Amino acid sequence: MSTAIAEAEIHETPAESGVNYLNVTYGIKSWLLTLDHKRIGLLYLGSITLMFFVGGMAAVLMRLHLVEPQGALFEPETYNKMFSTHGIIMVFFFLVPSIPATLGNFLIPLMIGARDVAFPKLNLMSWYLYITGAAFALYATLSGGVDTGWTFYPPYSSLYSHTHVVTVALGVFIAGFSSILTGLNFIVTIHKMRAPGMTWFRLPLFIWAMYATSLIFVLGTPVIAITLFLLGMERILHVGIFDPSVGGDPLLFQHLFWFYSHPAVYIMILPGMGVVSELITAFSRKKIFGYAFVAFSSLSIAIISFIVWGHHMFVTGQSIYAGLVFSVLSFLVAIPSAVKVFNWTATLYKGSISYEAPMLYALGFIGLFTIGGLTGLFLAALATDVHLNGTYFIVAHFHYVMVGGAVMAYMGGLHFWWPKITGRLYPDLWARIAAAIIFIGFNLTFFPQFVLGYLGMPRRYAIYPSEFQVLNVMSSAGASILGIGYIIPLIYFIWSMRYGPPAGPNPWGAKGLEWTTQSPPLTENFETIPIVTEDAYNYPSEGAHV
Amino acid sequence: MMGFLQSGLDSLPGVAAMMQFKPPAASSIADSVDQLYLMLTGITIFFSVLIFSIIFYFMLKYRRKSPGESGTETHTPMMLELTWTIIPSLICVVLFVWSSSLYVRNGRPPNSSTEIFVIGKQWMWHLQHPEGPREINELHVPVGVPVKITMTSQDVIHDFYIPAFRVKKDVLPGRYSQIWFQPTETGTFHLFCAQYCGTNHSQMIGWVYVMSPTDYATWLAGGEKTESMAQQGERLFSQFGCGNCHSPEAAGHAPSLAGIYGKPEKTQNGETRVVDEDLIRQAILVPNSVHLPNYQPIMPTYQGQIDEEQMLQLIAYVKSLGSEERMNGK
Repeated sequence: MSTAIAEAEIHETPAESGVNYLNVTYGIKSWLLTLDHKRIGLLYLGSITLMFFVGGMAAVLMRLHLVEPQGALFEPETYNKMFSTHGIIMVFFFLVPSIPATLGNFLIPLMIGARDVAFPKLNLMSWYLYITGAAFALYATLSGGVDTGWTFYPPYSSLYSHTHVVTVALGVFIAGFSSILTGLNFIVTIHKMRAPGMTWFRLPLFIWAMYATSLIFVLGTPVIAITLFLLGMERILHVGIFDPSVGGDPLLFQHLFWFYSHPAVYIMILPGMGVVSELITAFSRKKIFGYAFVAFSSLSIAIISFIVWGHHMFVTGQSIYAGLVFSVLSFLVAIPSAVKVFNWTATLYKGSISYEAPMLYALGFIGLFTIGGLTGLFLAALATDVHLNGTYFIVAHFHYVMVGGAVMAYMGGLHFWWPKITGRLYPDLWARIAAAIIFIGFNLTFFPQFVLGYLGMPRRYAIYPSEFQVLNVMSSAGASILGIGYIIPLIYFIWSMRYGPPAGPNPWGAKGLEWTTQSPPLTENFETIPIVTEDAYNYPSEGAHV
Repeated sequence: MMGFLQSGLDSLPGVAAMMQFKPPAASSIADSVDQLYLMLTGITIFFSVLIFSIIFYFMLKYRRKSPGESGTETHTPMMLELTWTIIPSLICVVLFVWSSSLYVRNGRPPNSSTEIFVIGKQWMWHLQHPEGPREINELHVPVGVPVKITMTSQDVIHDFYIPAFRVKKDVLPGRYSQIWFQPTETGTFHLFCAQYCGTNHSQMIGWVYVMSPTDYATWLAGGEKTESMAQQGERLFSQFGCGNCHSPEAAGHAPSLAGIYGKPEKTQNGETRVVDEDLIRQAILVPNSVHLPNYQPIMPTYQGQIDEEQMLQLIAYVKSLGSEERMNGK
C-alpha cells in the first residue's frame, strides 16, 4: 500500500518535467567541473573503461603470443612489458577503482537517501588524481613500457630494469591518493549522511561492503604509497633500503608491498560481494538470508585481510614459524567467504527467481568465486603452495577471484543499475548472450591454467617447453572468446544511451531507495529526503501479502 | 599471423598423447605433496558441485512464474548459520595441520645430505659440486641420496624450482637459502627459474639429471680434473692473506677457524649465533658487525673483492677445517 503511493508520487513530478542530472547542464565544462557524485561516477566509468580495454588488449596479445612455445609474436622483452602493463593497469587503474569509484560513487548517496557524498569537491579531486596517475602510467606504456611486473620487486626494479619504473610507480602513487580520498569520503558519507530512519542494519549490503572497502582504502593505500616512494628513492638516489650490497633488504619491499596488496585483493572482491548481494535479492524478490552474517563477514574479511600478507612469501625463505602463522590466518579468511556463498545460495530458496542479464552475472560470480576461493586453500596450505607458488596455478586462482569474481560482479552491477544511470534499457537478449560468452570464454581461458600450474609451468614465461603447448592453446582460444564477450556490452551500452527504450524509475521491481527516484535521477537525487521505515530488501512476501 | 595458428592446429593430433594432468613425481616428498593436492582437489570438487547443484535446483524450482510474483519470506535459523561456519572451519583446521606437518617435516635436510652450491645470475644457473666440477644450467645428482642445495644470487631475486621434486625456494642476493631433496627415480627433469628476473627469465631453465650411483661416480670422475671446492677455497684463503691472522701460527690476532662452522658463538653485541654460511659471509664482507668479543675489530672488509663463487669456495674451506679437526681429533 504505502509503497504504491510513494511510487505514484514520484511518477508525477520530476519525470514529467524531464530534468535530470544528465541534461540539467551541457558542455564539457559542466562535466569536468561537476560536483555531482553521479557525474563523477560517470567520469570514472569512462576512464576505467578505457583502461580496461588497454589492459585487456595487452592480455589478448600475450595469449596470442603464447600459442607457440617459442613465442609467436614478440621478443621476450616485449612480452615482459605486456604482462607488466596488463597487471599494473588492471590492478591499479581498473580493478581497484572499478566498483567503488563508479557504482559506489553513483549509488552510495542514492542508497542511503542523501543528496551527495560528504565532500563533493574532494570527490572531484579524487578523479583528477586518478586521471593524473593514469596519464603517467599510459605515458610510460606508450614511451617504451615497464618490465618489472605489477609487483615491482627489487633489486630488479631498483637496480637492473632499464624501463620506466619511476614514471609508473609515480602514477600508481598518485592514483593511490585518489583511493585514500574516496575511502575517506565514503566513510564520512555513510556515517553522517544517512536519511532519517536509515539505521546501520537497514543499510543495503552494498553499503556495508563499500564501508569495509573504504576502511582498506584508508588504512592500506598509504603503505603502498610509501613503498613505491621508497622504491623511487632507491632507484634515483640509491639510498640502499632494499639493496643488500649496501645493507638493505629486498624482502622488506615484499613485506611492505603485500601488506597493501593483499588487502587490495579484498578492495577488489568486497565491492563485488556487495553488488551480488543486491542482485541476488532483487532477482529473487526476497530478503537476503542472514543479513547480519553477510554484513559482518565483509568487515571480518577486511580485518583479516591485513594479517595474511606473508602467504605471498612462503618460498622467500621467511621462517617456518612465520609461515605457519600466515598459513593458519589465510585459512581463516576462507570462512567468512564461505559464509557469504552459503547465504547467497540460501537466499534463492523460496525466492521468485528471474534470469535477466544482471542475475546471470551474479550466478556466474557465485560459481566462479566458489572455485577461486576453494583453490585459494591450495595456496594457504604450505606444502602445496611450495609447489604451486609462482606457477600458472596462481595466475588461474587470482583470475577466478579477480575476473570471475570482481569483473563479473562489476558487469552485473553495471547491467543492473544501467537503467538508473542512463534512464534507458539495453537489449536484454544481447546482454544474456554476452554474459554466456564471457562465462564460457573465461573458463576456457583460465581452467587449463590450473593444470598448467600443477604441471609446473612458471608464470611470466615468454618462451615455454613444448609439452605445455596444448593447454596454452586452449587458454589462448578462451581469451579470444572472452575478448569478444567484453566488446558486445560496449556496443549495446553505447547504442542504448541513444536508442534504448526509457527505463522508468524501477524496471526490475527492485527495493532500495535508488529505485524510488526517477531514472536518471535529479541532480539532488530526491525531491524530498526519504524517511526510511523498513529493512533492506523488504519485498512483499507472497504468503503474507496475497 | 596465420603461421602460428597453423602450427597450433598441426599439433592437435598429438593432443591426446601430450595431455597430462600430473607432473612426474620423482622425489621422496613428491607423493606426500600429491596426496594433499588430491585431497584439496576433492574438497574443491565436492563443494563446487554441492553449491552448483543447489543453485541449479533452486533456479528451476523457484523460477518466477508470473511478473508480479515475490519470494516467500524465510527466516534465518541460527543453527544453519553455525553449521556452515563450523564445518568449513573444521575442514580448514584439518588441512592446516596436515599441510603444516608435511612442510615442517620436509623443511630440514637430513644430516647425511651431500651438498651442492648454486649461484643464480641473469640468466643462468651456476652450480658447483664440493668435489670441484662446475655445471651451467645442468645438475647431475645420484638417485636415492639426499642432496642439500645452498643458493645465492649474484644480482636479482631468482627462484630454484624443480617441479618433479615439488621443491622451490627463492634465491636472494646477499644471503644463502637452502633446499633439499632426495630423488627417487633416475631420469631427466626440468629446472626452472620461478621468480621473474628480467628479460630472459624464461630462458633461465635447465635440466636435472638423476643418475644411478655408479653412473654418478663415473660422471664425477670424468671430465677434466679439478680441485675440490675446499682446495680452491684454501688457495683463496692464502691469496687474500686470511692466514696472516686466522692461522694457528699467527696466534693472538684473530680467532682460529678450525671447527668453528656449526658452533654457537657469542658476538660483540651479545647475541649468540650459530656459525653458518650466512655468518661466515657476513664476517668476510662486514667484519665489524659480527666480530668476537675477545678480539679487536681490526679485520678489513672484503666487500667488492670476492665474488659469489669465491665466497662459496672460501666457505667450503672453512667448513672443511671443521671436518678435518673432527677427523683428526675426535
